[in-house]
Amino acid sequence: VRGKVYIPRDAAAVSVGADAVARAIGDQLLSKRAETALVRNGSRGLFWLEPLVEVETRQGRIAYGPVTVDAVPGLFDGGFLEGNTHPLYLGLTEEIPYLKRQQRLTFARCGVTDPLSLTDYVSHGGYRGLERALTMAPATMVEEVIGSGLRGRGGAGFPTGIKWRTVLQAPAAEKYIVCNADEGDSGTYADRMIMEGDPFVLIEGMTIAALAVGASRGYIYLRSEYPNALLALQQAIAIAYAAGYLGQSVAGSGKAFDLEVRLGAGSYICGEETALLESLEGKRGQVRPKPPLPAIEGLFAKPTVVNNVISLATVPIILEKGAAFYRDFGVGRSRGTLTIQLAGNIRHGGLVETAFGMTLREAVYDFGGGTASGRPLRAVQVGGPLGAYFPESLLDTPLDYEAFAERKGLLGHGGVVVFDDTVDLARQARFAMEFCAMESCGKCTPCRIGSTRGVEVIDKIIANQGRDKNLQLLDDLCELLQDGSLCALGGLTPNPVLSALQHFPEDFHRVEARQ
Amino acid sequence: VTIIQETDYGTPARTSGVLVTLEVDGRTVTVPRGTSIMRAAMDAGVKVPKLCATDNLEPFGSCRLCLVEIEGRKGTPASCTTPAEAGMKVRTQSPKLAKMRRGMMELYISDHPLDCLTCAANGDCELQDMAGVVGLREVRYGYEGKNHLAAVRDESNPYFTFDPAKCIVCSRCVRACDEVQGTFALTINGRGFASMVSAGGKNFLDSECVSCGACVQACPTATLMEKTVIQRGQAEHSVVTTCAYCGVGCSFKAEMQGNQVVRMTPHKDGKANHGHSCVKGRFSWGYATHQDRILKPMIRAQITDPWREVSWEEAIGHAASEFRRIQAAHGRDAIGGITSSRCTNEETYLVQKMVRAAFRNNNVDTCARVCHSPTGYGLKSTFGTSAGTQDFDSVEDSDVIVVIGANPTDAHPVFASRMKQRLREGARLIVIDPRRIDLVKSAHVKADFHLPLAPGTNVAIINAIAHVVVTENLLAEQYVEERCEHEAFRRWRDFIAQERNSPEAVERLTGVPAADVRAAARLYATAAGLRSTTAWA
Repeated sequence: VRGKVYIPRDAAAVSVGADAVARAIGDQLLSKRAETALVRNGSRGLFWLEPLVEVETRQGRIAYGPVTVDAVPGLFDGGFLEGNTHPLYLGLTEEIPYLKRQQRLTFARCGVTDPLSLTDYVSHGGYRGLERALTMAPATMVEEVIGSGLRGRGGAGFPTGIKWRTVLQAPAAEKYIVCNADEGDSGTYADRMIMEGDPFVLIEGMTIAALAVGASRGYIYLRSEYPNALLALQQAIAIAYAAGYLGQSVAGSGKAFDLEVRLGAGSYICGEETALLESLEGKRGQVRPKPPLPAIEGLFAKPTVVNNVISLATVPIILEKGAAFYRDFGVGRSRGTLTIQLAGNIRHGGLVETAFGMTLREAVYDFGGGTASGRPLRAVQVGGPLGAYFPESLLDTPLDYEAFAERKGLLGHGGVVVFDDTVDLARQARFAMEFCAMESCGKCTPCRIGSTRGVEVIDKIIANQGRDKNLQLLDDLCELLQDGSLCALGGLTPNPVLSALQHFPEDFHRVEARQ
Repeated sequence: VTIIQETDYGTPARTSGVLVTLEVDGRTVTVPRGTSIMRAAMDAGVKVPKLCATDNLEPFGSCRLCLVEIEGRKGTPASCTTPAEAGMKVRTQSPKLAKMRRGMMELYISDHPLDCLTCAANGDCELQDMAGVVGLREVRYGYEGKNHLAAVRDESNPYFTFDPAKCIVCSRCVRACDEVQGTFALTINGRGFASMVSAGGKNFLDSECVSCGACVQACPTATLMEKTVIQRGQAEHSVVTTCAYCGVGCSFKAEMQGNQVVRMTPHKDGKANHGHSCVKGRFSWGYATHQDRILKPMIRAQITDPWREVSWEEAIGHAASEFRRIQAAHGRDAIGGITSSRCTNEETYLVQKMVRAAFRNNNVDTCARVCHSPTGYGLKSTFGTSAGTQDFDSVEDSDVIVVIGANPTDAHPVFASRMKQRLREGARLIVIDPRRIDLVKSAHVKADFHLPLAPGTNVAIINAIAHVVVTENLLAEQYVEERCEHEAFRRWRDFIAQERNSPEAVERLTGVPAADVRAAARLYATAAGLRSTTAWA
């Protein structure tokens, strides 16, 4: 074999034709009897360039994109296998500014390697974290994660190591590692990308977590909307078992760790950790009260680590390079890197992993290139459907947990959704209530009834019916949701509503203005 | 004569060797660790508003009325799901809490029919009570929003109605079905605002529901309501009585209007049932006023004569004179008495007193003899009394349960519910029975071993179990040393160790695979390291 051509298998790339492009390139290679191997890699996360095809050359990997089926013959004619220029030529992949400016720690291999090649994984630094972990006592591993400053990347931002320590110190014959892969926030896809693009890093992270807290079984709770990730995980798990990285004796350590994937059934609330555990136990996905914390009484009432995909996938590099290496990235109490996902009305949508501290403006303009429509930006919602809407004036907020909290915002899982000046924030506030109403598990009163009433009250405000009284009622309802809900779904739903009211009051006065 | 009021502490009692002392609204109270703030508050004499909590169900945290403030802590945690901790200073009343509680009630009532005066639960409704307690004065959302008022009533069950228009989705019925009864017939269907209690299938009658009525009792509104109460109204007084349907002996409050029963409600103080009942005790009391019921004494001289209504004096006089006549003609032993196993202990006592004192013989028995005499004999020879050595409560402390020749879910359902609670908590179960009884496998209960022995081979299988325990050195030697007669035990041990008592040898008699018997015996014997093993026969 002489050289390689990379075409992503990532669902986002596939959705814009990567499979067809791969077939077309494969046909060309066959007909030309080229000795070039075709590799289906993960995505680099530069979605406006997908399908992004890379060719391995002597200078390095050269990128072309977005490649269509029709462009394939021309690429071959132009000698793209040698890395020749072409209208779709993007130069060396690593030199594309969008990538070059990033600090990829968690996503170091994503898009680089063949996701299902264990050899590729190991030759790119895989399983070095586990190797080092196996030389440590469990408490030392936990200290390493605490020392790294890693906080839960699912949204809550709770220190991962502290959670692990609680589980480690909870006495029990059985403990579990549960990976929350129910990535349901609008505008987020980091979990999906790494599960499809580098599944072994998640497996390694969960294995280290198991060794650290004394668990011997793990579950990945995956949303059913991710069939490609399911396939990648199942295949990767099978490969890891066959290679002895999972099973009765992990990497010959004598310690057992079994891992399986469980599918959700299309419920947003099952991304809430206690509802997730209920669902994993085969029950209706309903939120449990806390206490008890899952770390003390989690899955099947046993001490359980519940971590987001990105948190767990970041563990290998922390264990490999040490707490200090990771901690040296970031600002304040937000250490390491954040993977933001640019989406919505944005020119260059994609995944950006950098140290905490970059401003929202840099993310949206320097990486995202502003709105896709070219119209002025009006609002950015960070942190998924429960995140606040920030106006232009807050764009200089640094991406770190505390800075966002100070401005009544939420980093969440790092989703950044951009809106131009055609957005109606009263409609968006209504949507927040509607989303809560649709996704509420129905257990607690404020969320079950309040979200539906919230939609109705906002409708009245929009229709200018008793606006002052209804604005007061909406305020009271938001307080009820915020302080009275059983979980974060009801508790955070007021975020987008109140931020819309605070920063975009004119949208709620629209009818009056018109009259 | 009034209605017997039972205190609802909101969450179940906890037992713990560790006590914690906290302050609720300035009152100091000490409770076992694990007790909820809500229950601690009740102990301190402070009632926290609540709807989804009730003390025979685990806390759930859905209604959000019981929110409290704890000094030094963020937010307003629910007092039902938050355990009391030493040194806590809890406030159950503040302007903020009052506002939130009113807000919750405002949401509830925005989706509730406003027909209190014509509602069967009028005056006996926790939702109504809470609206009063929180001072709800208006519903600013109006009543024209989305609602469930047109939801169709389910009248399929003969004893109670289910009216989803009145439901507040507190899940008390679902949880009572799961936790108390263990039938798992109910669930919440749909999510969010569309969440509704569902019996699955078409309706309640078509479901797994066994009509035990635990859900009706748990319902804080008129959503699940006895049809008799809908028809007749509420009782004005209640009387404690004992159910006579089976030997469990459930305590009930007969809720009455004058001398008419309106409904039967299991009594929380009942030592056998702790507030639970089965369909018969709760709903099958129509006989109390049935037209076929004999209300006046009747006698006849011979079987071919028609019955003749007489006074009590004449009837008793006639019976007594006939007993005397038979004894005079045929001797003192010619008559006797037998009681039913459905009689109370007191009734059985009185009958034997009459036989011994008035008939002057010992011809007295109870029909329990038919099933209970072998166990009675064994118990008497071993322990000196033929009564069971365990009370029902002891099942809660059992880690391995052996059920031999009994079918509790059918025959003693209220006790079976309690046994199933313990089994769901993780107790192990060995069923020795030719029949595949419900306990072998039902909702969330599965026997570790079912030994389906051939009828008549009980002794062989018990001996085989004992054989395994003795020959595999699984005996609790110290226990034997302390409690058994040395020589008698040695003889029994030598006998039982003989090869003819081995599971392999008795397999052709019992039909039970020897390996199963051995495994069951090991489970039974190794449970000695656990809390206790109980056999129910």
